[in-house]
Parts: sequence; structure tokens; C-alpha cells
Amino acid sequence: MSEAEVLRAIFSVAFLASVLRVTTPILLPALGGLISELAGVINIALEGIMLTAAFVGVVVSAYTQSPWLGLAAALLASALLALGLAFFHLELKADLILSGLALNLLASGGTVFALYSLTGDKGTSAALASRAMPALNLPFLEGVPILGPILNQHNVMVYIAFLMVGVIGLLLYRTRWGIHVRAVGANPEVAASVGLNVRALRYQALVLSGVLAGLGGVYMSMGYLQLFQRDMIAGRGFIALAAVFMGGRRPLGTMLAALLFGAADALANQLGALQIPPQWVQMIPYTATVSALAIYALSQQRVTTRHRPLMFPRTQTRKR
Amino acid sequence: MPFIEMRGITKVYPNGVMANHQVNFEVEAGEIHALVGENGAGKTTLMKILYGMERPNAGEIRIRGVPVQIRSPFDAIRLGIGMVHQNLMLIPEFTVAENILLGVEPHRWGLWDRSATLQTVRSLAERYGLSIDPEARVADLPVGVRQRVEIIKVLHRGVDLIILDEPTALLTPQETQELFRTIRELVKQGKTVILITHKLREVKAISDRITVMRHGRIVGTLPTAEASEEELAAWMIGRRALPTLKRPPARRGPCILRVENLSYIDEGGRAILREVSFEVHSGEILGIAGVEGNGQSELVEILAGLRQPTAGEIWLDGERLPAGTPRRIRSMGIAHIPEDRLRNGVALPLSIAENLIADRYFEAPFSRSGWLNPGAIRRYAEDLIRAFDIRAPDPEVPAEALSGGNLQRVILARELSRRPRLLLAAQPTRGLDVGATEAVHHFLWEQRSNGAAVLLVSADLSELISLSDRLAVMHDGEIVAIFPEPQRLSEEEIGLYMLGLRRQPLEREEGS
Ligand SMILES: Nc1ncnc2c1ncn2[C@@H]1O[C@H](COP(=O)(O)OP(=O)(O)OP(=O)(O)O)[C@@H](O)[C@H]1O
Ligand SMILES: [Mg+2]
Repeated sequence: MSEAEVLRAIFSVAFLASVLRVTTPILLPALGGLISELAGVINIALEGIMLTAAFVGVVVSAYTQSPWLGLAAALLASALLALGLAFFHLELKADLILSGLALNLLASGGTVFALYSLTGDKGTSAALASRAMPALNLPFLEGVPILGPILNQHNVMVYIAFLMVGVIGLLLYRTRWGIHVRAVGANPEVAASVGLNVRALRYQALVLSGVLAGLGGVYMSMGYLQLFQRDMIAGRGFIALAAVFMGGRRPLGTMLAALLFGAADALANQLGALQIPPQWVQMIPYTATVSALAIYALSQQRVTTRHRPLMFPRTQTRKR
Repeated sequence: MPFIEMRGITKVYPNGVMANHQVNFEVEAGEIHALVGENGAGKTTLMKILYGMERPNAGEIRIRGVPVQIRSPFDAIRLGIGMVHQNLMLIPEFTVAENILLGVEPHRWGLWDRSATLQTVRSLAERYGLSIDPEARVADLPVGVRQRVEIIKVLHRGVDLIILDEPTALLTPQETQELFRTIRELVKQGKTVILITHKLREVKAISDRITVMRHGRIVGTLPTAEASEEELAAWMIGRRALPTLKRPPARRGPCILRVENLSYIDEGGRAILREVSFEVHSGEILGIAGVEGNGQSELVEILAGLRQPTAGEIWLDGERLPAGTPRRIRSMGIAHIPEDRLRNGVALPLSIAENLIADRYFEAPFSRSGWLNPGAIRRYAEDLIRAFDIRAPDPEVPAEALSGGNLQRVILARELSRRPRLLLAAQPTRGLDVGATEAVHHFLWEQRSNGAAVLLVSADLSELISLSDRLAVMHDGEIVAIFPEPQRLSEEEIGLYMLGLRRQPLEREEGS
């Protein structure tokens, strides 16, 4: 492929459609991360929950031959894992970050162990005849130039992901529950003083964040790919957290940040066809994440050092 | 029958402090009851018990004669008791309306009903005669308005009794007057108010009855009409007469600090300081008056090296102050008593000793080649604890275990022990009781006698008038007046300048 061809490929309809595809498994956990962050209990275990959901979805869909049962089982598993995390943190007072990391390690090892027990293979679930979530054809987009090919014929999970941006936005900013969750995250003492149940709200926020991560995991193994591979989430759960902060802890911003990371991911896929060592290409999404975060932090800092006190900014410090 | 009756209340904190000891406290319906006492006397603790935030170890609470159990603030509110805390219980990111109705939001089909929320808040504000913008973000509001929000929030929950814990500590004289009007209005509408404050003048001005606490016990309750300020002060600190501090004569020396055309624009592009110029001489106290948020805080933080000015020059003893780190600026002989002492003055979890050496731990004898010398640090801390009369059992006690007055002494000890050339004192007596305030005044005067230049920012006008040799008034980032003899002015007169209604003609601005 020549350079001109590469450029043409990048600005093609197919590329834009692929951006939506690869953004989906970042966007869904990012929305989950957003809810947990706003509730003051950031969910570090998104990665592990996604991996577990990807695995459970494949296995259950293979045994029942129903993608929908696979989805249901995966979401149930995600909710239970998040519930476990919430229990460790809220009841047993374990550190949230450490518990989340432990859960990620558990998921990484646990899925390989279970995969091996079921199939005798430690790498992939190729031996299982698993099912995928269906793609959706939107009749009103048929035949529409440009937009049609970009937006139509995606996996149902892609549509769910972008729909969720609106749903979660509505939930967080237009329902009492959302106000309460944000109040609990902003200042738990204030929330408690007006009779809100801080613990219950945090349980709910964590479980919901787990379910959203689970949706992302299901998409990975039953849409984006059609099988389970060990450690197939490849850091998307963490990139999702980066998207939450880059997006200014708001739903729309989170989506834009996820799209940015998705575009980097899609670019890496496109360049895979080139004569560049694949290791370099695979680094793109991660390098993009780190540079984006660094640029973001620098732009924030420029404002800070010029105008705010050097050591103790007056802005509200976030309370956990 | 009294409205509220607390009988034999005893509270021992887990750390062994007996904050309340066999306290009997009564409040009549419809009165304004002032609760006074030194720092650490146990006033807040007693009110937290009434509000369900702390459980007493012994004792009983009756409301209109009926014994009640108050296990949480939620219980208290249901029983008609509300409290406005020293640190307001508001969420800065939320709007006024969201804060007021938090937890009791109007809703339709599960969705939050925003227009009903705004409507409710507007009618509440109207009913109690409080003006407020329901859609403003709390973070953008001045303290006085935030407090109004908190009061409306408490009222909306249908309480009959409102406890106000040091509500005037952060307010300007005008805001205080406003608050007192509100309190009187509430009482007219049948509410009862308990007011905690250190300012005896306010107590005299507004309360019907006064209860004095000392060392966790009630000293007595008496009608306000029968109490004199001297008598109250004596009850609070347990001795008859307060030695009245005599203002030592000024010995004005050469100019130490010269500020020229200092301007500062904040991150939002607002002009906070506009071409501020003034001088402070050796042996004088320059007071700065102004309504909170008119640039005084930023001015002090710039002088302390915590912010970079946008334009202008600062000269210390004829030398241009470099844009540098706070450490560099401190080494030039500038000391800083910060406004927000809990955040910028001490590291709460660290020990008294560690706080005392926080700006000099890297020097001998506290450390040598990178290793701390615990023996030297301890001896030094013990000396300072003695010299500044810090009441603490040991230098190893964490700062957070100290009362407000003692905490401030730790900061004073650190800042004054180096004999600064320039002392920046921002709100140095905020929230301190009579005795501790007196000690701070004494230390400030001592610095002045030693030849230091002192810049004093305070929200307490009477303090400014009695301490300052010259008084500058700030309004909207400008110095609108400098008075050579503030003792000859009335608070009301200064208030006119603070509100921007009057300003000195330019040529007189350099004062004496
Ligand atoms: N949560 C706590 N844990 C341990 N000790 C405490 C706690 N709160 C207060 N104390 C101690 O109890 C005593 C009474 O404190 P309290 O806050 O009731 O005093 P106060 O009269 O309100 O003082 P101030 O005027 O400074 O607000 C003090 O010695 C204080 O150090
Ligand atoms: Mg108190």
C-alpha cells in the first residue's frame, strides 16, 4: 500500500465505520466508569469485568445456542463481580483500588483456567461453537450515501453503546437517582445529612458500572470478534477510565474522548497492512491515550500555575 | 415546660476527651438562645448531640416534655431540629435549588421536575424574605449567600428549631446584620434559634438568653438584659477581669514592603487586583478592611509567593521580590499566617513538632546530610510549645487533636519564631475565643515592637480599628482609601468605603 492509499483508506467511509466499531468497547465501560467515578467509588475493575463477561457470554451462548442467553448470563456475571467489589469496599472496608486490581488479576487467570477446563485450550475458545450478537439493518439508512455505509449494518451492541450515552446522561442529570449519586460522590457527609443512603447508592452505582462494562465485554467476544481469547480486553477497561477524565467527567465529553481513542485504535488496524513492524502499530492506541492524557494535564496545569496557588489549589478537592 | 431539655448529658470522645460533663441545657420555644464559651468548651459537641450527629454516653433529651431518642440528623429533622454547621453542608458543584431540595426533589414519572424545584425554592425564599437566585452554582456564591442557602435548606425540611454554629465567623458586618434580620424574622414566624458565637457584642445585640459553657460544663444561663460583656468574658475564661491590652506606642521605621501597581487576573479572566499600591513600614501594622472576595486574600497570597501576579512590582527592603517559590520568599524574611489555617496553615495528620519545622526541616540542626535529627527537633518543639503556651501534652500529638486556638498558636510559633521582617496575617483570629484572640493580638504587637512590618487582613472591623496604625480599605480589587488614624473612624464610616459607596480622592491615598 502506498502512502496515498493509506490516506485514502483513513478518510474512507469504511474507516469511519470502523471507528464506531472499535469505540464501542471503550465507550460502554467508560460510561460505567463515569457513573462509579461520579458516585465517588471509581471502578478500577472494569477491565476484569469485561473479560469475565466476554468469557461467560461465549460459553453460555455456545451451550444454549442463544446469543441472548449468553448476553444475559454475561451481564449477570458482571453485576455479581461488581457487587463483590462493592461488598469488599463498602462492607469490609478494603481499599477500592487494590480490590479492583485484585479482581482484574482474578479475571485474567480465572478465565484462562475455566477456558482450559472446558476446552483443553489455553488460548482461545475456537473449539466452542459460540454465537454472536446480530447485526442490525436500519431500513431508513439503506441507500443513503455516505451516512448509510458509516452508520448502518453495525452490531446491535454498537447502537446500544451510543444510545447509552443519552440514557446515562438522562439518568445522571435528569432523575432523582442521578442527583443523589452525584451528591454522594461530591460529598458523602452532605448526602448523608439530608438522609440519602450513601452506601446503597454506591452499591447501585458500582453494580450499574459493572453491567455497562459487561456490555462492552460481550461485544468484544460476540460482535467485534466471535470468540474468546485470553486477555482479549487488552487494556480497554483502563483506556475507558482515561476517557472519563479526559471527557471532564461528563457523558458527552466521555463519548468524545472514547471516539478519539477509538480513532487511534482504528488507525492502528488500518496501518497493520503496511510494512511497519506490527509492534509499532499496536502501540498506537496506548501511545495516543498517554499523550492525550499528558496534553490534557498540561493544558490544565498552564491555567493552574499561572493563576492558582502553587501548592494548595482552592478548588473543591474531591472527597472519597 | 421548656421546648428543648437536655439533662445530664455526658460525652466522652473515643480519644478520651470529655467534651460534655453532666450538662443541663434548656431552650424555650420562640427564643433566641446564645451559647458561648471558649474554644474547646464543648458547645459544638452539645449541639451535635441534639442534632443526632454524636451519641451521648449518658443523659436524656426531652422535647416539650417528651423523652426522645435522636440517633441521626434524619431523626432530628423529623423532630423539628435543624442545624447549620460551621462548615456549611452544601455541594459546591450543584445549584442553589438542587442543594436546597437535595433528597426531597419534586419528581414526575421518576424524572426530576426541574421547574417545580425552581418554583419551590422561589416561594420558600419569598416566604422568609430571603433573596436568592435558585439557578446559581453554589461554588460561585459568597459565603454570606451560601449560608442563606443552607438556612433555607434547613427551613424547607420543616424544622421548628434552628441551631447556628458560629454563623457570623465568615460574614462582613453588613452580612451579619442581614443574618440577624433573618433570625428575627424567623422568630417572628414562630421558630426557635440557638446561636453559637464568640462575639459577645453580637450576643448582646440579638439573643434573649445566654448560656455560658466552660471546660465541658454549663457555668450558667441568664437573660441577656442582665449580662455585661465583661461579666460574660469572665464566666467564659474563669477569671474576673480581663487585663485590657494597652496599645504600645508605635515606632515607625523605614519602609519594608512597597507594592507598586500590582494587578492580578484570575483563571476566569476576572480582574481581582487592579493596580494596587501601598507601603508598610517597619514597626507599623497596616490593616486591610474589605468585604470578603474583594481581592484581600489574593493580595496576601501573592505576597506570600503562592500566586503569581499578572503585573506590578513588589519590593522588600529596597530589593525586588523575585517570582519564586514560597521557600525562597520565606528565606527573605516573610512570614505568613494563612487565612484557611486547616488547609494551608498546618498538616493536620502530622505532629505538632513536624508542623513546627515544616519550613526549616532541611536546615541544621533539624537535619544533617538528608537525615532528620529527632532529638533536636523534639527539643526545639518543646521550647516553642513553652514559649507560645501551646496546650498540648506532647510534641508528638497530631495537629488535628488540637483546638482552634491551640492550632493557631502552632502556626504563630512557626511563623514568628524566625523574627520575620514582614508578617502577613490573614484573618488571624477567625473562630478564636476571647482568650486566644487576645493572645494573637499580643503576638502581633510584639512583632511590631520588634520592628517587623505587619500586614493584617481581617473581617473583624473592631479588631482592625484597634490594632492598625494605618487602615486601607479594599473594594473590587482596588485600594479605595488609606486612613492614617483608624481609631478616629467609626465602623459605619469604614463600611461605606467597603461597599464602594465612597472613595478617597487620589492624591490623599498615600496616607501619612
Ligand atoms: N470528633 C472528635 N474527636 C475527638 N475529640 C473531639 C472531637 N470533636 C471535638 N473534640 C474535642 O472535644 C472538646 C470540645 O470540642 P467542641 O468542638 O465541642 O468545642 P467548641 O466549644 O465548639 O469549640 P470552638 O469554639 O473552638 O468551636 C475539644 O477538646 C475538642 O478537641
Ligand atoms: Mg465549635
